[in-house]
Amino acid sequence: MRTRLIAQLLAAAAVTIGASAPSAAQDKSIIVASTTSTQDSGLFSHLLPLFKAKTAIDVKVVAQGTGQALDTGRRGDADVVFVHAKAQEEKLVADGFGVKRFDVMYNDFVLIGPKPDPARIKGSKDILAALKAIHLAAAPFVSRGDKSGTHSAELALWKAAMLDPAGAKPAWYREIGQGMGAALNTSSAMGAYVLSDRGTWISFKNKDALEIVVEGDAKLFNQYGIVLVNPDKHSAVKKDLGQAFIDWMISKEGQSEIRSYRIEGQQLFFPNANPEHLKKTE
Amino acid sequence: MLDGGAIGRTAQPVMRLHGVGYRSGNTDILSDVELTIAAGVPTLLLGPNGSGKTTLLRLLMGLIGPSEGRVDVSAVDGVNTARRAFVFQKPVMLKRSTAANVSFALSAAGFPVDPLVVASLLQRVGLAALADRPARMLSGGEQQRLALARALARQPGILFLDEPTASLDPAQTKAVEDVVAAIAATGVIIVMATHDLGQARRLAGDVVFLVGGRVLEQTPATQFFDQPKTQAARRFLAGDLVI
Amino acid sequence: MDGVGAFSLLLSGDPALFAIVRLSLFVTLSAVMLAAAFGLPFGAFVALTQFRGRGGVIVALNALMGLPPVVVGLLVFLALSRSGPLGFLGLLFTPGAMIIAQAILIAPIIAALTRQVIEDLWVEYCDEFTAMDVSPLGRVAALLWDGRFSLVTIFLAGFGRAAAEVGAVMIVGGNIDGFTRVMTTTIALETSKGNLPLAIGLGLVLIAIVVAVNTLAWSVRQWSERHAG
Repeated sequence: MRTRLIAQLLAAAAVTIGASAPSAAQDKSIIVASTTSTQDSGLFSHLLPLFKAKTAIDVKVVAQGTGQALDTGRRGDADVVFVHAKAQEEKLVADGFGVKRFDVMYNDFVLIGPKPDPARIKGSKDILAALKAIHLAAAPFVSRGDKSGTHSAELALWKAAMLDPAGAKPAWYREIGQGMGAALNTSSAMGAYVLSDRGTWISFKNKDALEIVVEGDAKLFNQYGIVLVNPDKHSAVKKDLGQAFIDWMISKEGQSEIRSYRIEGQQLFFPNANPEHLKKTE
Repeated sequence: MLDGGAIGRTAQPVMRLHGVGYRSGNTDILSDVELTIAAGVPTLLLGPNGSGKTTLLRLLMGLIGPSEGRVDVSAVDGVNTARRAFVFQKPVMLKRSTAANVSFALSAAGFPVDPLVVASLLQRVGLAALADRPARMLSGGEQQRLALARALARQPGILFLDEPTASLDPAQTKAVEDVVAAIAATGVIIVMATHDLGQARRLAGDVVFLVGGRVLEQTPATQFFDQPKTQAARRFLAGDLVI
Repeated sequence: MDGVGAFSLLLSGDPALFAIVRLSLFVTLSAVMLAAAFGLPFGAFVALTQFRGRGGVIVALNALMGLPPVVVGLLVFLALSRSGPLGFLGLLFTPGAMIIAQAILIAPIIAALTRQVIEDLWVEYCDEFTAMDVSPLGRVAALLWDGRFSLVTIFLAGFGRAAAEVGAVMIVGGNIDGFTRVMTTTIALETSKGNLPLAIGLGLVLIAIVVAVNTLAWSVRQWSERHAG
């Protein structure tokens, strides 16, 4: 009697797990590996219902750091990668794991800082000068430290300012190895400066002691790209559905929906897909 | 050295122990035991606490093997000597109902679980009214009787009982003794350990008197009580502390 | 929306939140069943069998009770990834993957505690079962059944650990909105959005659910102990 019960439990568990695996035949869904910043900004909640209404394709977004999202694509665990680290995206394509990279949109980074502004940089439009001032003042600075797109952008900015706190690891430079939201929460608690994408900042609810201190520098430009994972490397990739999503994102309709997404009246993302990208590989 | 009380008796022997010893670590629990269990009358293992009664019962049941000597079992007409049952001094009730405890014993012994059989077994030990009661909520005496019902479920040829009334009040003791006597009357061979002299008088056919792991006397009960052969037995009967 | 808001959302039957709670329960209960299907027989086997290396197995089981969820998540992720040995199953980023991860997390708990319960019971029942000639399989069944009240407590321990876990399900489930988002990953997400009051509210809902499940199990135990001994 008990052994039968155990057998039934096992059978039930197997059915449960089996049922949760999408069956390839009828399931119209794709997995998009993207960044926490895109998800946390609420952009997907705006776009995906529109896309589904048009195509009946379910888009499942796995929000990770850019590095992890690229790795997810490389492993074949996603159909589409949608991140903001152009050089790494191009490397994905060059290594044969991505089919082709398309520009989709950009937003910009902003330097967030504590209201007392210990480095006295508020209102500056020169990000490099601001970073140098933080360095000079040894003011607390929180780094994502998670190989995300934002982290890469931050490191590039330090490099451009001829500084290397990530290598020197001074006490004021704190790598937390977490997502954007966690970095903002940490900065708020520590009274630290932090580089954030504007989208996450605007929709972030725990702003309390923080404010934008530097914005508008052309160096803070943040380009998003989208890549189809190469079905030649991973046969499970849903090529047609994934391509349909990419096509829609860079289509007139998709681009206009990106433009129309606003939080508190502010536009977060600026579409800049080049129609010619459809024809030629970069 | 020891007095083979069963020698010359007419009853048929069903189990014989020859030079049996049992050692636990460096301690001799039983030494040089010669013993005959016969059909027909109950055998009472009598002796002070720690004299080896429980160990001897477990040996007879086959729960443990002898360190030396041998145990012979003989076939006897009308008695299934291979099927034995044991009622422990503190029987452990399964955590289920009274009836389910009996059902469990039935099915463990390979019998079909027939509700009528269960009911009749409970009837025999006077627990029919408590069939649905959780077994662990029964009183001590009731638990002993349930243990008897479980033992009976096996349809044993030989039934071993280890001080079944040790911690019971007189009313409960009588209830248990009545059941044991009724079982004996059906031809089941009873082997029971006790240190209660009165109980030995009431139930005994044969008495096996043990002290310090040795059998000092094996003899019919009347003879043991009227004419004990050993000094230790006389002192035990007189109520002295025998060690 | 604040902490109280999470409750009123739940009470008013907000479909999104309700779906998250339902998925949490579904995943965790399935994981407990799966872990029990392996942990119960294995724990009973170790309790009742003498074999070489038994001591090592017991130490290992006890140590595995403290498996870090993130490590389990990572191992399951690597196994279920398209590039991993079980990638062909297509289970990564599905509730199935979350069930597997949680089951692996709590199977050692169930096995180790089952071994303890069964071994203790066996000490008590050993003589009776030997005298009654109970078959080996019958012993296992009877011990599991008679240990049922303790085993329920073990299931609850497993349930609590699985329900509270976030690291493993985040990695293998991907926290996909409407598909693999459960209470703990929602709490993590809302925290990262700086939505601390909602995160706290969801945390309270989670605690309330765990308390409710335990209360239910406790009542059932009280009732059946009175009625079945």
